[in-house]
Amino acid sequence: MVALPVLDRKVIRDLKRLWAQVLAIALVMACGVMTLILAQGAYRSLSETQKTYYDQYRFGHIFAQAVRAPDHLKERIAAIDGVAAVEMRIVRSAILDIPQMAKPAAGIALSLPSGRKPAVNRLYLRAGRLPEGSRTNQVALDSRFAKAHGLNPGDTFSAILNGKKLNLEITGIILSPEFIYALGPGDLVPDDRRFAVFFMAQSAMEGLFDMKNATNDISLRLLRGACTPCVLEKLNRLLKPYGGTGAYKRKDQQSHAFLDAELTQLSAMAKVLPPIFLLVSAFLVNMILSRLIALEREQIGLLKACGYSSWSVAGHYAKLVSFIALLGVGIGSVAGNYMGKLMTQMYAQYFSFPFLVFDDSLDLYLIAAAISLIAALGGAFSSIMKAARLPPAVAMRPPAPPRFRSFLSFKSKRVRLLSQLSTMGLRHLLHNPVRSLLTSLGVSFALALLVSALFLTNSMDHMINVAFNKAETADARLTLPDDKAPSVLDDILRLPGVLTAEAYRQEPVILRFGPKEKRVAITGRPTNANLSRILDLDERAIQMPRTGLMLPTHLANQLGVKPGEMVTVELTKHNSVERQVRVSGTVTSYMGISASMHIDALNALVPTGPRISDLAINIDRTRLDDLYDAVKETPGLGGIAMQMLSREKFRELMDQSFTSMLVAYITIAVIVAFGVVYNAARIQLSERGRELASLRVIGFSKQEVFHVILVEMAMIVLLAQPMGWFIGYAMAAGMIQGFASDLFRVPLVVLPSTYAIASFVILTAALACALIVRRRVGKLDLIKTLKTRE
Amino acid sequence: MPAPVFIADNVTKTYTTNEVEVHALRGVSMTLFEGEMVVLLGPSGSGKSTFLNILGGLDNATFGSVSFMGKNLTDFSESNLTRYRRDYVGFVFQFYNLIPSLNAWENVALTTEIAKNPMDPQEALELVGLGKRSSHFPAEMSGGEQQRVAIARAIAKRPEVLLCDEPTGALDTQTGTLVLEALQRINLELGTTTAIITHNTAIQQMANRVYIFKDGAIESTHENETPKQPSEVAW
Repeated sequence: MVALPVLDRKVIRDLKRLWAQVLAIALVMACGVMTLILAQGAYRSLSETQKTYYDQYRFGHIFAQAVRAPDHLKERIAAIDGVAAVEMRIVRSAILDIPQMAKPAAGIALSLPSGRKPAVNRLYLRAGRLPEGSRTNQVALDSRFAKAHGLNPGDTFSAILNGKKLNLEITGIILSPEFIYALGPGDLVPDDRRFAVFFMAQSAMEGLFDMKNATNDISLRLLRGACTPCVLEKLNRLLKPYGGTGAYKRKDQQSHAFLDAELTQLSAMAKVLPPIFLLVSAFLVNMILSRLIALEREQIGLLKACGYSSWSVAGHYAKLVSFIALLGVGIGSVAGNYMGKLMTQMYAQYFSFPFLVFDDSLDLYLIAAAISLIAALGGAFSSIMKAARLPPAVAMRPPAPPRFRSFLSFKSKRVRLLSQLSTMGLRHLLHNPVRSLLTSLGVSFALALLVSALFLTNSMDHMINVAFNKAETADARLTLPDDKAPSVLDDILRLPGVLTAEAYRQEPVILRFGPKEKRVAITGRPTNANLSRILDLDERAIQMPRTGLMLPTHLANQLGVKPGEMVTVELTKHNSVERQVRVSGTVTSYMGISASMHIDALNALVPTGPRISDLAINIDRTRLDDLYDAVKETPGLGGIAMQMLSREKFRELMDQSFTSMLVAYITIAVIVAFGVVYNAARIQLSERGRELASLRVIGFSKQEVFHVILVEMAMIVLLAQPMGWFIGYAMAAGMIQGFASDLFRVPLVVLPSTYAIASFVILTAALACALIVRRRVGKLDLIKTLKTRE
Repeated sequence: MPAPVFIADNVTKTYTTNEVEVHALRGVSMTLFEGEMVVLLGPSGSGKSTFLNILGGLDNATFGSVSFMGKNLTDFSESNLTRYRRDYVGFVFQFYNLIPSLNAWENVALTTEIAKNPMDPQEALELVGLGKRSSHFPAEMSGGEQQRVAIARAIAKRPEVLLCDEPTGALDTQTGTLVLEALQRINLELGTTTAIITHNTAIQQMANRVYIFKDGAIESTHENETPKQPSEVAW
């Protein structure tokens, strides 16, 4: 057996002796390692999966829609410089009727070329085969919807396509890179049961939708290094005569945008959270090691007097610190690996991938270990250097007594604002202002983490309340496949269970102001609209002005336009006719970036005259089934968006994900708060053992002596509260900024109760620490402490 | 005849560490009278500190009894011992044990705040000759000055007994003399019963009575008819 060098034995014994503090620091460090591995691991897996999927299944780079583009346009599009492949197809909405489900499901039907694989956006076939060109009633169905309803190849379901009710046979179950994240009309989160994507043969769809030799949806793949803006411009020019609504890049494709937002969040998490934990643990290492070295001053002197070099002394303490770091890395790696796999699997369920590329490479763990070691040794650096530089003769003498300033000392000795015990606590606190402040900052980080997690429920609640109780109060929205005359409203009102109905018009446009332009829709709203209202900047419902455009603030800011100014409106569906319209105001909107106009003003603006494109309805809930049946049987309806169900689904998903997120954040915050407070208290106890023992000898009770420690800890923890609230608020604001997109924005709402709950958790953790430390105050050995030299 | 303050009867103290029994005290009996100054002499490990700690309520006897003004200390609970130290006992140790974050006046005020009938902290500091140093912190004072603050802190509550464990152990002759003078002055002016532990044989000359400890027991005892002034003691 090889005998362990004596100094290494000392390392092991020191670690055993300081186990509680070592563990506390290692756990904080583990949080950093865990979040790094979890976020970075999930990020890598997800982005690698995305990349592989996109490449293998030729996900498009550019997308465009038109009213009716002739097939022969394909050659001219393919001839645009930089275009690698073109696919043109028919895409239409549908209403589905699924056996055993009363609610109608919304669907989207896409055409597949006959006799060949699509050049862009290929399908992954999970089961069965693709539909045959000659058969009009065969479909390949999206696997999530199939799974949700237990549908298999060979099964059938009915759907209303272009007003015709068809019985469709499932030939295959597929996944598509275009629909990794598939959102139904009016939905806020995916609902597998109520939204279906299915593919039919091109020839079948041409017949069904009266689109012989014509298409309405174009996707392109580009060559490497192609000039995207040039392609976009040329494509738009080609599509303009055919009602092209404007081509857009991959980043604006819905499924991709959602997936990308998730990836951005993961990568932000990997960049923001681990440094916080590592900084806190570096500080804790600094605190514990400087105390240890102060206590072992004479031992250091002795080691050097015996002939140990400064380097071996430094190495001795570096080993101790490295062990703490490696313990943290070990715990964090195991937890991070486990949580990372869990999270990636969760993503795989939420997003629809045919396969998952697990990126579990060793380098991530090595990086985590290296960063943790650097953080720990960085925190320990000054103390280690102090030990290395200490001349043996000086080391063997006791250090000079600390000098205190006469803060809180009163000239008139009669004034007794604070007891001497409180004065002791406060002076000690101020004696080490940097350390006290950093300790407080450490606690405030724990608090900030909680605030930044808890506020999300406030913001979401607020957003849901504004969006659903104030702005969009309709139970459902019925879309019409083509704009119809306003008289349709009467037909809809006659449907069973429809209590009220309001007609709206959607018009795709390009808004231009100066050099900036934005592709959006203008919603035409009726007077006294009740089911879909616009809100002023104070979130109060207001009447739609008779003239002018109302813009969501997010859109107005993007365009840089202010109320009173004129914007150019290009009507993309109507030969790109341009009109000048005054912006009459800005409105609050958390979802989408639709502009609004009075429907009469919009009707006057568009050459076709009065039209409606969708209807908001309120439903008598006792007659829901009748309505569902009627909708499923009514030709002429493009689709139905059940907003009442979307809300429930959204809430359900939020509650699920928030609960697990909150548990994780509370655990982490408690670990950090505990680690910081416990170490600070133990160090205090060690530094002041002599003082405290003196107090006990003089006749102070254990409770009174504990009070001295408590005053200092309480000050640190209390100071951390406003700091933590502030940092938490700033973190929340940063997160909100990160979330903001054209799809939705989350308002920044932090309720007082959120601060209170966060503080309660932290104060409870601190109190638990205090009680542990209190037991140690009780165990002070008076005689031994007082009769030894400091 | 002055009244007895402490009556120690056959006090025995045994420590058991790592299954080895150490007999720190082997049946010590002693009576301390009101207002007298005694010196406990002896080599280190002779049991004098253990005995003083038991008198001061910092430690318990394994066997035997100690009565303080008629009450049996051996029956006291932990909290009663805390009360006892707070109200009746002043301690002075070799290493001063001042609170570094409190100045001289505040260190003394630490005890006067919790005592029943304390003197003014300033008065206590003047008694030890440090009236002008009251706003200085421990780090700004010499060892002798710090020890005198410790004495002022111990006597400011007007304790019945003052227990000093090697009060001059860390000091040079000159400053040691100043500390002893302060102790003697308090003993004479306030009539505080004072017990001083030392291994410096010269100091015994200023005591009324001297006990010499050896191997956990009192080896001999003698009285001084005319105690000397600290300045007359050569050490």
